[in-house]
Amino acid sequence: MDQKQTILSTTNLAIGYATKHGVHTIASNLNLSLDSGRLISLVGANGIGKSTLLRTLTGIQKPLEGTVLLGNKIISHYEALELAQNLSLVLTEKLPPSNLTVFELIALGRQPYTNWLGTLTEEDESKIHEAIALTQIGHLVDQKHYEISDGQLQIVLIARALAQDTPLIILDEPTTHLDLFHKVSVFKLLKKLSQETGKCILFSTHDIELAIQLSDEMIVMTEGQVALDQPCNLISQGVFDTLFNDASITFDGTKGTFIIK
Amino acid sequence: MVKNRTTVFFSLLTLALLMALLLNISFGQVAIPFKDVFKSLLGGHTDKVTWDYIILNFRLPKAITAVLIGIGLSISGLLMQTLFRNPLAGPYVLGLSSGSSLGVAFVLMGAGIMPSFLASFLVSSYGIILASCLGSLLVLLLILLVSKRPRDTMSILIVGLMFSSFTSALVTVFTYFSSAEQLQKYTFWSMGSIGNLPWSHIGILAVCTIVGLVISLMVLKPLDALLLGEHYAKSMGLNLRKTRYLIILATSVLAGSVTAFAGPIAFIGLAVPHLAKLLFQTSTHKILFFATVLLGAVIMLLCDVVSQMPGMDFTLPINAITSIVGAPVVIWLIVQKKSIR
Repeated sequence: MDQKQTILSTTNLAIGYATKHGVHTIASNLNLSLDSGRLISLVGANGIGKSTLLRTLTGIQKPLEGTVLLGNKIISHYEALELAQNLSLVLTEKLPPSNLTVFELIALGRQPYTNWLGTLTEEDESKIHEAIALTQIGHLVDQKHYEISDGQLQIVLIARALAQDTPLIILDEPTTHLDLFHKVSVFKLLKKLSQETGKCILFSTHDIELAIQLSDEMIVMTEGQVALDQPCNLISQGVFDTLFNDASITFDGTKGTFIIK
Repeated sequence: MVKNRTTVFFSLLTLALLMALLLNISFGQVAIPFKDVFKSLLGGHTDKVTWDYIILNFRLPKAITAVLIGIGLSISGLLMQTLFRNPLAGPYVLGLSSGSSLGVAFVLMGAGIMPSFLASFLVSSYGIILASCLGSLLVLLLILLVSKRPRDTMSILIVGLMFSSFTSALVTVFTYFSSAEQLQKYTFWSMGSIGNLPWSHIGILAVCTIVGLVISLMVLKPLDALLLGEHYAKSMGLNLRKTRYLIILATSVLAGSVTAFAGPIAFIGLAVPHLAKLLFQTSTHKILFFATVLLGAVIMLLCDVVSQMPGMDFTLPINAITSIVGAPVVIWLIVQKKSIR
């Protein structure tokens, strides 16, 4: 039943960046493998290098060592258009002012497939409507994107990524600035999407307790270690205890919550 | 419903363009009845030979120039507003026109210190166009360079403003060293004028405008992608560098050629795209492009009509008119901050 397929994998990957004083390595020897139909969260303290990892995995930044394979091709070997057909992003940045309606915004996800004028074919239309149906935002489509709430906008942006029709979707902190209710609904939506569409969905987040409950797998970044496993295994390994470099924050494995002493 | 609205507005705008053309050609220091304007334009003869002469050799070229200028400036404004993600961008505000002015000032007033073969080429209309385009290109590249760093839109505007005053200071230095004749030439140019262009110059302007428009057509889809910001655009397969260069090229050809022939004309490039966005309530560049083309032509024709109101025996500088019309529009846009999108 569960025909999993590796979508993204890394071999001996070292990430980091070059500074004036030499190369700063954030993590090395990463051998991660992300499978289809999985919801995978990336957690870690601020400044631990989550963004650098995401930037490397999306091909924006070059790895220091090792390779990132998307499908069965090294990510830096993709043409821009081909990459856009295999990887879609949901970013944290604010959208510039425009008159775009929700429908138009989602339709932009079809750009890697449309002709030079961006004309939507029947297939494009059906992909857009599929994305709208999956995210249940049919009632929003005619509204301007600035008229809807932050939580709704986040879901619209996820719908745009869906319309881009890629095996892998990467989201950068999709639940920041949302209240608990909307955080949960975004998480649940992502979970549902990964199950129903078979896509591999990777997202970074600071909502660790929610992520533990809802993700299939988690990538936990701590000083000197990057672990990828199912949440329950990570808990029994005690990975979360060392997540924050502070003795007053401890993790209660039985309840799955952080406790402040 | 949305489609209907778009169709209705396009029909109305096309009608408005025809009316504005007719109005523009009929009005002037000599009043010519509509019926004779029609006759003359359709190849017939009017009641007076002088009317024929005025229409075909003075008013028609001027109307066509106005159309080309309106289109060129408005489209370059539209391109810049999306590229800089800044609703207040435009060829005049960002100092492109000042860049052109600098180029032209350099050619018109600095010709004396250059070798004569170079000087004679530069003072020709081709030389002026080239200088003007290069001037606006230079400013645009500088702004682009600066705009990479500070992320907020305000600083880009301030930088544009600084470039404007910097270039006008340089122009002042040029004027100090130039002869009265050169100075006069430059002053008349800088007040802006769309009349008195010979057909050959209109041809050059038309070619430049068409080149600019064709390049703009090529970037309509990338422009839509840029509405989500550069990172999203890139993630959707956009070749950001190529797109940027094409937009810059189109903008400097359009704004540069217009400024070369008509002088620095304010506010059209800034205000017209906003009016188009307001009217059509969309950000889709396929629609905005044609809306901006039509609206730019109409507004420029009307501004020209105002600049030579019937009954006055003089023509006001076109730059003054566009500013009088445009500045309040921009202020209104800023006050109604919601509508700036």
